[in-house]
Amino acid sequence: MADPMKIRAQMKGDVCEIRVLMSHPMETGQRKDADGKTVPAHFIQNLTVALNGKTVVSGQTAGSVSRNPVFGFKVKGAKAGDKVAVSWVDNKGDKRTDETTVA
Amino acid sequence: MRKLRIIGAACTAAALAATGMAFAQSDGVDHAKADAEFAKFRAEMEDSNPAELFEMKGEELWKAKRGPKNVSLAESCDMGLGIGKLDGAYVKMPRYFADADKVMDAERRIVWCMTEKQGFSFDEIAKRPFASGNYTPDITSLVTFVAGHSRNMKFAVPIKDPKVKEAWEIGKEIAAYRAGPYDFSCNTCHGSDGKRIRMQNLPNLAKPEGAIKGVFGWPGYRMTGGVMLTSQWRMNDCFRQQRFPEPKYASDTVTYLLTYMTATANGQLYKGPGIKR
Amino acid sequence: MTKKLILAVAAIPCLGLALPAFADASASAKAIETIKRDFKPRGQADLDRLAEDFVQALCNRTANNPSPENAKRIEADQLAKVKYPADGKLMGDWKKGESLAQSGRGFTWTDNPGLPVGGNCYNCHQISPKEVAFGTVGPSLLQYGKLRGNSPEIQKYTYVKIFNAKAYNACSDMPRFGHVDALKPEQIKDLVALLLDPESPVNK
Repeated sequence: MADPMKIRAQMKGDVCEIRVLMSHPMETGQRKDADGKTVPAHFIQNLTVALNGKTVVSGQTAGSVSRNPVFGFKVKGAKAGDKVAVSWVDNKGDKRTDETTVA
Repeated sequence: MRKLRIIGAACTAAALAATGMAFAQSDGVDHAKADAEFAKFRAEMEDSNPAELFEMKGEELWKAKRGPKNVSLAESCDMGLGIGKLDGAYVKMPRYFADADKVMDAERRIVWCMTEKQGFSFDEIAKRPFASGNYTPDITSLVTFVAGHSRNMKFAVPIKDPKVKEAWEIGKEIAAYRAGPYDFSCNTCHGSDGKRIRMQNLPNLAKPEGAIKGVFGWPGYRMTGGVMLTSQWRMNDCFRQQRFPEPKYASDTVTYLLTYMTATANGQLYKGPGIKR
Repeated sequence: MTKKLILAVAAIPCLGLALPAFADASASAKAIETIKRDFKPRGQADLDRLAEDFVQALCNRTANNPSPENAKRIEADQLAKVKYPADGKLMGDWKKGESLAQSGRGFTWTDNPGLPVGGNCYNCHQISPKEVAFGTVGPSLLQYGKLRGNSPEIQKYTYVKIFNAKAYNACSDMPRFGHVDALKPEQIKDLVALLLDPESPVNK
């Protein structure tokens, strides 16, 4: 199973700043290993951010994103104490959801 | 291995007229500006450093009962301030440990705890001690976790301890030792001010302001390749570039060099696990 | 290993050099002991690389500051061992020299020993004005030939400097590229041309 994400959600004025660090190899499928064999593609494809259960960001990513990627979002209409859930699904069907509370 | 270097015995007395011409010193690149731009980029990255992922992983490993003896490091490993006390431990290392009768840097100490307290095999750990590709050894995450507990503290290696002082002195000499096909020592690149290899700035490790640059960013997340690397790795890779053979993992040589650098940086701020280009 | 280090040091008196021996308890002696214990061979990097030849030993024991007499003896000895190209010409092709100067590969434990070794020049020197990613461990060589001309004496000086920098400066930071057989005389000729050929970008 994938390692947990690290999520930080903070109110800056009336905007909630969300920063997410994900633990993922993000293999492009174009890299070769030491033996010259192609390393199979393995990257996050879908990404969602939900605020109190309601999806506020939904996006697609591909192999051009770096290993252990960092994402930043700004969301209006949030307040301290709200629940932020971030989820991803990769091309192998692995998935992960982590939560934090807006500070 | 056993072949001897042929040492010439003949002393030919060829006279030599040295051509003492002045070398042109011009550059044409605004390095101050480039450095400032990179510092900005680094500050941005530090705000969400993937090193934090390894701290989280390390915390899990630190607290879990593991190894043949099924004990946790949290309940068995003394990083110098007492079992279970991690705040400020990293910036006070390397230090002397009576139980091991050795001066140890943080990584060497954790390896010692893993073998002595948890019962792991040293040879197994030393087989693949550094991260590469998608592989991160447990020890790397553990060092990152421990280092995170010294965030924003000042380096305070106990240099008054005679054992640490001796390690510092030997480390200083190791840094000056020239050998190998290119006659390189650590100091060839890191012994004077304001030098570069290609575009890479080379800190002068003999001075506090240079030594801090050599130690403060480690363990560090290297964006090239996306791997978490420790100062043990950094020393290893320096010897590679010095065209030396490989230093044994967690050996005196590496600890003494780290003692030399870290204690020279004493009194300066450690910002926590870093991020590298 | 022990045997070799002792031999290397013992061989020094035959050059007539008076070397201060390290006291056994000194940090320098302990450093050598520690180094001898703590390394293992990897790839092409064998343990014999840890042993000092007499030039390294003299520089190590004098903090790179040998007495003028000892420095002169070393320089004369190293100069006498310089090998010159068979055809007697010291300037080759500056374009080949430029690509050789760019390459920093060779001699590390991750380098394939079967592949050619680079000149490593730009690692430490500014050379052609077109290359901005240059190091500053050594002096800038921009306009090297324009300032000096390319008389036979300058050609010889430049060739020897690259072949073995210790022939002119006993404890120079610069590797002895020809002496350790990293670069062949033909390759050093190309580097001489890079520095001295009026057509080379270095002198434009």
